[in-house]
Order: sequence, then C-alpha cells, then structure tokens
Amino acid sequence: MDAFLLQILNGLDKGSAYALIALGLTLIFGTLGVVNFAHGALFMIGAFCAVTLQKLLSLSFEMVDPEKTDFLGNPLKVKTPYVEAWFGPEVGGTIIEWSVPFAILFAIPIMVAVGFIMERGLIKHFYKRPHADQILVTFGLAIVLQEVIKYFYGANPIPTPAPDALNGVANLGAIIGMDIIYPVWRIVYFFFACVIIAAVFAFLQFTTFGMVVRAGMADRETVGLLGINIDRRFTIMFGVAAAVAGLAGVMYTPINSPNYHMGMDFLVLSFVVVVVGGMGSLPGAVIAGFVLGILESFASMEWAISLIPGINQIIIYLVAIIILLVRPRGLMGRKGVMED
Amino acid sequence: MSKTDVSRRGLLRTGAVAGAGLALPTIFTAQSASAFTNEPTGSTVTLGFNVPQTGPYADEGADELRAFELAVEHLNGVGDGGMLSTFSSKALGGDGVLGKEVKFVTGDTQTKSDAARASAKSMIEKDGAIMISGGSSSGVAVAVQGLCQEAGVIFMAGLTHSNDTTGKDKKANGFRHFFNAYMSAAALAPVLKNLYGSDRKAYHLTADYTWGWTQEESIRAATEAMGWETVNTVLTPLAATDFSSYIAPVMNSGADVLVLNHYGGNMVNSLTNAVQFGLKEKQVNGKNFEIVVPLYSRLMAKGAGENVKGILGSTNWHWSLQDEGSKTFVRSFGTKYGFPPSQAAHTCYVQTLLYADAVARAGSFNPCAVAEALEGFEFDGMGNGKTLYRAEDHQCFKDVLVVRGKENPTSEFDLLEVVEVTPREQVEYAPDHPMFAGGQLGSCNPGA
Amino acid sequence: MFGLDKRDTTLLLIVTVLTMFAPFILNPFPTDSGLAQFNAGYPDLMQRFVIFGIFAIGFNILFGLTGYLSFGHAAFLGVGSYSAVWMFKLLSMNVIPAILLSVIIAGLFALVIGYVSLRRSGIYFSILTLAFAQMSFSLAYSVLTPVTNGETGLQLALDDPRILGASATADGSIPVTSLFGLEMRSTYSMAVGPWDFQFNVGYYLCALVLIAAFYVAIRIFRSPFGMMLRAVKSNQQRMNYTGLNSKPYTLAAFVISGMYAGLAGGLMASMDPLAGAERMQWTASGEVVLMTILGGAGTLIGPVLGAGFIKYFENIFSKINDNVLHGWFSFLPDGIEDFLVFVIHPFIGKGWHLTLGILFMLVVIYLPGGLVEGGQRVVGWLSRRKSAQSRQSETNPAE
Repeated sequence: MDAFLLQILNGLDKGSAYALIALGLTLIFGTLGVVNFAHGALFMIGAFCAVTLQKLLSLSFEMVDPEKTDFLGNPLKVKTPYVEAWFGPEVGGTIIEWSVPFAILFAIPIMVAVGFIMERGLIKHFYKRPHADQILVTFGLAIVLQEVIKYFYGANPIPTPAPDALNGVANLGAIIGMDIIYPVWRIVYFFFACVIIAAVFAFLQFTTFGMVVRAGMADRETVGLLGINIDRRFTIMFGVAAAVAGLAGVMYTPINSPNYHMGMDFLVLSFVVVVVGGMGSLPGAVIAGFVLGILESFASMEWAISLIPGINQIIIYLVAIIILLVRPRGLMGRKGVMED
Repeated sequence: MSKTDVSRRGLLRTGAVAGAGLALPTIFTAQSASAFTNEPTGSTVTLGFNVPQTGPYADEGADELRAFELAVEHLNGVGDGGMLSTFSSKALGGDGVLGKEVKFVTGDTQTKSDAARASAKSMIEKDGAIMISGGSSSGVAVAVQGLCQEAGVIFMAGLTHSNDTTGKDKKANGFRHFFNAYMSAAALAPVLKNLYGSDRKAYHLTADYTWGWTQEESIRAATEAMGWETVNTVLTPLAATDFSSYIAPVMNSGADVLVLNHYGGNMVNSLTNAVQFGLKEKQVNGKNFEIVVPLYSRLMAKGAGENVKGILGSTNWHWSLQDEGSKTFVRSFGTKYGFPPSQAAHTCYVQTLLYADAVARAGSFNPCAVAEALEGFEFDGMGNGKTLYRAEDHQCFKDVLVVRGKENPTSEFDLLEVVEVTPREQVEYAPDHPMFAGGQLGSCNPGA
Repeated sequence: MFGLDKRDTTLLLIVTVLTMFAPFILNPFPTDSGLAQFNAGYPDLMQRFVIFGIFAIGFNILFGLTGYLSFGHAAFLGVGSYSAVWMFKLLSMNVIPAILLSVIIAGLFALVIGYVSLRRSGIYFSILTLAFAQMSFSLAYSVLTPVTNGETGLQLALDDPRILGASATADGSIPVTSLFGLEMRSTYSMAVGPWDFQFNVGYYLCALVLIAAFYVAIRIFRSPFGMMLRAVKSNQQRMNYTGLNSKPYTLAAFVISGMYAGLAGGLMASMDPLAGAERMQWTASGEVVLMTILGGAGTLIGPVLGAGFIKYFENIFSKINDNVLHGWFSFLPDGIEDFLVFVIHPFIGKGWHLTLGILFMLVVIYLPGGLVEGGQRVVGWLSRRKSAQSRQSETNPAE
C-alpha cells in the first residue's frame, strides 16, 4: 500500500515537470499557432539561470595557503567567496546555499526577456509558414542554445543542491499512521508547480488581459478587427510561457543536476504529453502531464515489469498510442486543431 | 581492374576503368603495393583519436583528447617527455616512432556506434590512420574494435569497462588497458566485507544494457561469494533521468546496501536521488545503510556534488597516486592544462605510449607485428604497478583502485580518496572464465 | 526516355552523372593540401550520402506528397539493418538476399504501424509514429537484446552458422559482404598527380540503387497515384466527400516509404555489417525530417541534397580540430593566427552541432523552399544577369 502511495507521489513529482513544460508549449501553440521545438531549451536555460546565480554568488577571491599544496605541489590557493567575506561565513554560506530559491527571482526577468527576443526576433516571421518550417527553425534554435550553454558550462552535470533546510526527508505518512518518507524538495517542487499552474489559469480566467487572450485564441481575426492589438498580447504570453518553462527548470536543478542536453531529454516527452492532453487544451496538458507521470512511476514497479518485461521503457508511448486510438484528439483536444 | 582492400590508398594500377582517360601514365605516382593497411610511407605516421565530442560524455572525450595530444607531444620529443622516463621499456627515444613524426587526426563518436564507426572509417580511409584509439563507452568500443579488425588497423580501446570488450566481443586487433567489471567486483568485494561486514543484503539498480548487466553479474557473484545476500535487482532504462520511482521501493525492501550499476549521467542522477531519499542516513537491520557505485568517474562524480561523500567505488587510476609514473604524468598534464587528468585521460595516454612502444620494439607498423609485440608484454612505470597485456584476450592486468568520496575535499579535483590498491593477483581470472566466454580472438588482420 | 518527360529525364541524368562521378566531384582538393580536410570523396562518406539520400527520397514520398509528417521513420531503417545483418549471419554474405529481406521486413513493419497510425492525421499521426519508433528503440536497446544485441549492436561473429558460405575465412577472419564474389569493401584508388580518387564497389552498388530509387520516385510523383496523394495533401476532406477513400493511398505511400527506409537500412548493413539500436531513436527520425525539409520537401532532388548537406557537416566539420586550424593559418602572423583560431574554434570539432544549428536556421529563414530554392535563385540570378548583359550589349553598341 505505502509502495503505491510512494509511487503516486513520485508520479505527481515527475508529472509536475511534464505539466509545466507542456503547459507552456500549449500556451504558445494555442496563442501563436507555433510548434515550438525550442521549448525544452527554455527549460534548460531556466535551470542554468540557477547555475549562473549560484556561480555568481560564490564568486571567490584566491588566497595562497602556504601550508597546503595543490596537486602539482605548488602552494594551494584557497578560494573564499566574496559574500562570505562581506557578510561573514555564516550568513554568506546561507546566501550561497539558498541560491536555487533566489534564482526564481533572477530567472523570471531573464526568461521573459528570452521569450520576447525569441518571439520578436525569430518566431514572428514564422506564423504564416508551414508547421514543418517552424519545427525546423525552432529545432535549429534549440541546438544553438544548448551548444552555447555547453560552450560555457561544459557537458557534465553541475551540482546545484537545495538549501540544507529543504534538503532532508519528511515522513508524510505520520498523520495517517504509515511510514511514507519523501524528500522535502520534491514536495516543494510539487506545490510550486501547482501554484504556477493555478496562477496561469487564474491569470487567463480572471483578468481582462487573460480574457482578451482567450478570445484571441478562439478567434484571432475578430479580436483583431475589434481594434485590439492581439499580437502584442500574444508576445507577452510567449514570455509567460518561457517563464513557466524556465521556472520549472530552476526548481528542477536540486532534483537532478542540470546539464546542457536536459532540454532535449524532456522535449519529446513533453510533446507526447501535449498531444495526449489534446492540442490546444491547457487543462488537457496539465492533466496528461500528471497522468503520464503517475503511470510512468507505476510501470517501474516490479510487478509491472515482471508482468510485461520492458514496460517501464515504453509505458509513456504505449499509453499515448492507446489514448490517441481511443480518443482521436487526445484527452481534451479541440476539433480541427493540427489535424491537417 | 584489380581489387584491393577497403583502405588501401595510393595504390596504382594501370588500365583503370573509370576516369582512365583523364590521367596519363606519367603523372601516376608509382608505388609498390603496401604490405598492410595504411602503411606509412612518408616521414610521418598518422594516429586516429576517436572520442565523444558531443553528447553527454563530451567532457570526458575532451579530457581524452588532451591526453592524446600530450602523448603525441611526448612521442615527438616536445615537452618534458612524461611517462617515457618512467616507462620500463626504453624503446622510444622521443624522436617520433621508428623515426617518423607522429601526427594525429580527431573525430567525434557522439557515443553512438554508427557515428563512431563512420568517424573511424573516415580516419582510416581518408586520413590514412594506422591506429584508432579513444572512446567512452563499451558499445562504441566494441563497434569500433570490430571495424578495426575488418579494416586491418590496431584498436587501442579508451574507456570501456564491460567484460565483453575483451570477453565475448574480443578481437585480435583490439587491445584494452582499462579494467573491467569483473576486476571492479573482485577489487571491491574484500573492501566491502571489511568495512560493511559479511552479513549484508544488497539491492541492485542496473542500467538496462550490456555494460550494466555484466557489471551487475560481476558484483553479485563477488559479493554473494563472501556471504552477502542479493535482495533484488531492478533494471532501469538508459534514458531515465529521474530515478525516484526506482529508489523508493529500496527503502522498504529490507536491503541495507544499494549498488548502483550506473555510469555517467545515470550514475549522477541515481546517486543524487538515492541521497535525496535519505538513504545515506538510514538505519536498516541495525546497520548503517550504504550505497556503492562500482565504477567511479571523477569527472562525472563532480556532478553529484556533496552526494559522493563516503560512497565506495572502484576506478582504474587516480591522480593522487604517488608512484613515479603517475606523479610524472600528473605533472606534465597539470602543467600544460592547469588541472589533473582523469582516469579516461590516463588510459588514453598510456594506450598511445604502449602502441608506439610496441611499434618500436617490433620495428614495424604492421598490425600483426605490433599485436605480437603487445601480446604478453609486461611493463611497469605507467601508474598501475606491474602490468601484463595478456595474450589470450588482450586485456591488461594491473592493480585496481578502490576509492571513496572524500569527506573534506581541499579542491574541486580532490573528490576521491584511495582506500585500497588491490593487487593484480586478486583481480586476475582465467581467460576462459564463464563471464568472458563465447567469443574468439580470431587472427590478426593486417588488411592487405 | 523511360517514360519520363524532358525535364525529369534531365534531372535523372544529372543525378546519374553526379553519383557516377562523385569520387571526382567530392575530391576537389589535392591530398596533401590543407583544404584536403574538406574532401568528402572517400568510400564511407560517399556511401552514406547515397544511402541517406535513398532514405530521404522515400521519406519525401510520404511527407512531400501526402503531407503526413512521420516522426518514426528511422524505425524502418533500423529494422531493415537488423534483418540484413541476420541474413548475413544465417544465410550468406551475398548482399542481394539481405537487401531483399530488409525491404520486405521493413515493408511489413510499415504496414502494421501505418495501418494503426493512419487512423489519425496531423500531429496526432506524428506522435503515433514517434511512439512506435521510440518503443522499438527502447525495446531493441534492452529487452530484445537476444535479437538485437542491445547497446553493442548486432555484429557478425566468427561462429555464425552461415548456411551458404563459411563461418570464417581460411585465415580466421569474418568473411566480408559481397555481390556474387565482388567484395563491397574493395576499393580501387587512382592517383592522379597530387589527387587520389577512390572507387569503391560498395559505393557504386549504392549509387545504382539510388538511381533506380530516384527513377521510381519520379514515376510515383508523376503517376495518377502521385496525383491522388497530392490531393490528400491539399484537401483530404474534399476528397472524402467525392466518395474516394484516401486511406489505401496514404497507406500505400507509407509502406512504400517504409520500404525505401528498409532498403537504406539493408544497404547500410551491406556496406558495414553492423546494426545498432540508435538508428531507431527519435533523433535519427528527426534527422531525415530535417534532411527533407532542408533540401526542399516535395521536390525530387531536395531530399538528396539535404541528406548530403547534413552528413557532410557531421563527418567533415567534426574532424576539424585546432591543430588543423593552426595548419591553415600558419602563414599569418602569430597574433592574427591565434585570433582567427580563437574565433573559429567554437564552430568546428566539438562545436559542429552549433554550426549545423545555425545553418538550419539560416536556410529556413532565408530559403523557405530549402536548398532547392537556393539553387533556383542562383540559377535565376545568373540567367537574369545574362539577359541583362545581353540587353546591355544591345543598347550600347560597341564604340
């Protein structure tokens, strides 16, 4: 029983990442009608915002310690971060330790800016072009972005731990008398994802801006004829989608050390999630993200593997096939979207 | 029209079919048929270094490339000569190999068998490489080794740890200096027994491909022989990035040791996830829960940050070794690049020197002569103590290091501490050991 | 000629000439010169150009004509390679049965996957094909290892039970693939002055197959069947309203393009008897999509150009390293040399992905019709200049 509960937690956790990326993808697709293959790269750039902030905060000066030697036998240069020198090792250490949560603030403006530049500089010119061209150009962009990151940060994963206070485990089952031990940061990640998703939906549902955007998604031309500058609003939505992907990336860094190709690892999966959810449906994308996350976790349990060998390797694709055959437009897709 | 082999270049035959009209016989550069593939005829000899330059192992590949460049410099007498001064064989004089200057070409394996073979082929067919080396995964090593066997050049494997490379997929033209899964297990088991006792229950998470399986098989055999019980073994997809759903069941399985048969990115993620779930602080059966990573890579372990502290594993070589060979190598590498070399760099450097030395001793670049010179060759001064290139399977036998993640690192390179240097006798096995059975070396192929 | 109109005949002739003289065309630089780095006329790469050309031509029959974007075509190529290698292991080293089997198996595979996937259209179809291919890849890598040899890839061994032919040659090596005794790997090199041209049997076999495949593709493009497929692309709904069931046509196109992929896989294994699971990964499927779009989807020659373009970058640019750069610029003063190397460094060697990514973007942005459009523009520009010149000469009589 508790094994099942644990896997549900794992699934929700994995699903959070899928849902956030898929949400952004759907947002871009729904507003601009663009298939954005660079969305995984936005997730990756978000993660590297956290890495960068951690590097900035731990910028150090070097002092020679004559008593120790480095690997060549020369006197060892001991590095001390500036923040530790300014605020004392105690406070300075804490600041560095909390760099991942701080990176949320750092990442929002950067991601919005990246989104703006991408949309205005490149994607704007591809609204009228076939989807295949959009795929090719955004795929090219994704490669360029990840190679730039690789050039500066190398190919190896970079450790970005969570603050110590959030790094331990919590016993979630204590209330119901069970033993369900789960990492605190993963719980944080899940709730963070829920907050972001809720915020995006609330923004679209309860603000005038959101209402206009929704109207534009339904019928762009009419909204334009009403004298509303829908293009500008859609550009802003692109920035929002980029920020959502970026924040998903920032918060993901303590779960798995980020590397330059993490975006590509998520790209195909998040496309499957979007399509299973149904093209153009925001709730569909979120639900599909969580459902596939949970199913993936279940499939990695032993009874599943012993029942169907290799099921843990293919579960997402298998589910995608079944859902698409049973429900032609995914879980909540609209008719006529991306069907030709 | 005469037929020649895949890679014989510069060969001349009059009466060509296609394009014969374009060329008058006088502008043909006459050469005699060469005795073997890519026989070096000029004043230089070309080696091919095939390493991952893109993809997850790009940094490891970059380090291998640095080591290759250093080795070529030393062979050509540039720089401080490195391990040439500590190497027990003195056939090389720092004046190239057999009087020829050493040149090299590089390529990208992308850690994919197809791309690696394409790149190696272009080195052989286009650049006239006489030896191929490098690589960072067993799948690639086996694929390129097979290619070199067909083409008739020597393959000096880089980082490849699967038993199969010198087991069921061994080839007469291929040689491996790096250690293998069996040796890791044989070296680790006694240390594990010493530190964690002989009454332990192990849970294996294994990357679901050939290397992972041979690793798991080896560790299981070695630990079960000393009294450990294997509670469970679970295969994880290679493409997995989040291992939480595989780690969670470990907690209530009754196991008190987790063995992570993962490498590279998989290892970084699974170890990070395992520590996240509090396994390091856990108490099971009245004992401390322990995590073991049988194959450590220092470069990759860096990605796991603090999580490697106190975790046991094995490695082929580590820069903190204090023998003369290692110290010399670390000094030349560190002076040139500013940081210490990785085990991948070490094995590639040594392989290049060993190849050059074998050529010098054989007095010929002919792959068959070189292979003969390498077979059964015993040497010292290359960082792992007395080492033997066994003739039966072209595997090197040498000391293996058992290492542990350091608690108080003094620098960003100082991640691992050597717990024990397991002597060579302890990791040796018979050439017909069942884990290595099923393949044949075949006969050496000089290509022509 | 051959039932083709004049334009298509010219196209076919151009392709024939290009492939037949590729060893010369791709080797423009003398072997010892610094620019020899850019030579692509060695057997392995020429074979790859042609094989991926076939793959892309086949993909274009589906995508270019019907508009159905399959994201799982690499699976058919992989299945083809596996069948061919098994044929070498079990039957004989002759390439004919291996290639035949790989085409048949890939066709059957395509029939099953196509039958299921074609129940949906648009992106739903793309994701279905992607899912099938990724499942094949994952299973081939892990659970199906007894058949596929997993990570290592399926290779020949010395103890293969070959029914027609020996398990090993007299001198103890694995026999090589051949066409009735003509070894695929045998190469004739012709040294002409400083040049070195290589003529490889395997390459010419692939080239002949490519010409045949290209011819068949032209016939399909110009046939009533091809018209039907184009009708599917332009408006499937209208077609259905007229009472035509488009499914058999699209399924036929899917199977044909799957067989082309199987043919490419079989040829690949015939040139180099190894089949790895990575051939089926989504990145490999994506690659053929990129080749086709880059070259010009829906055009006949475009996919072949796109395939050559990508393979050229993969194999040539990845091999340029700093040493080579220093070699090129060594004639310059030290400071300028180092500066140039520093500037170019990120784009070559390990940075070849970056160069490729930038080129993708440039081509798509400036040449919406792919490389073919680029070629047309160049031709158009030349002819305009020519006519402008002739007009000029008319208006300005010689003094």
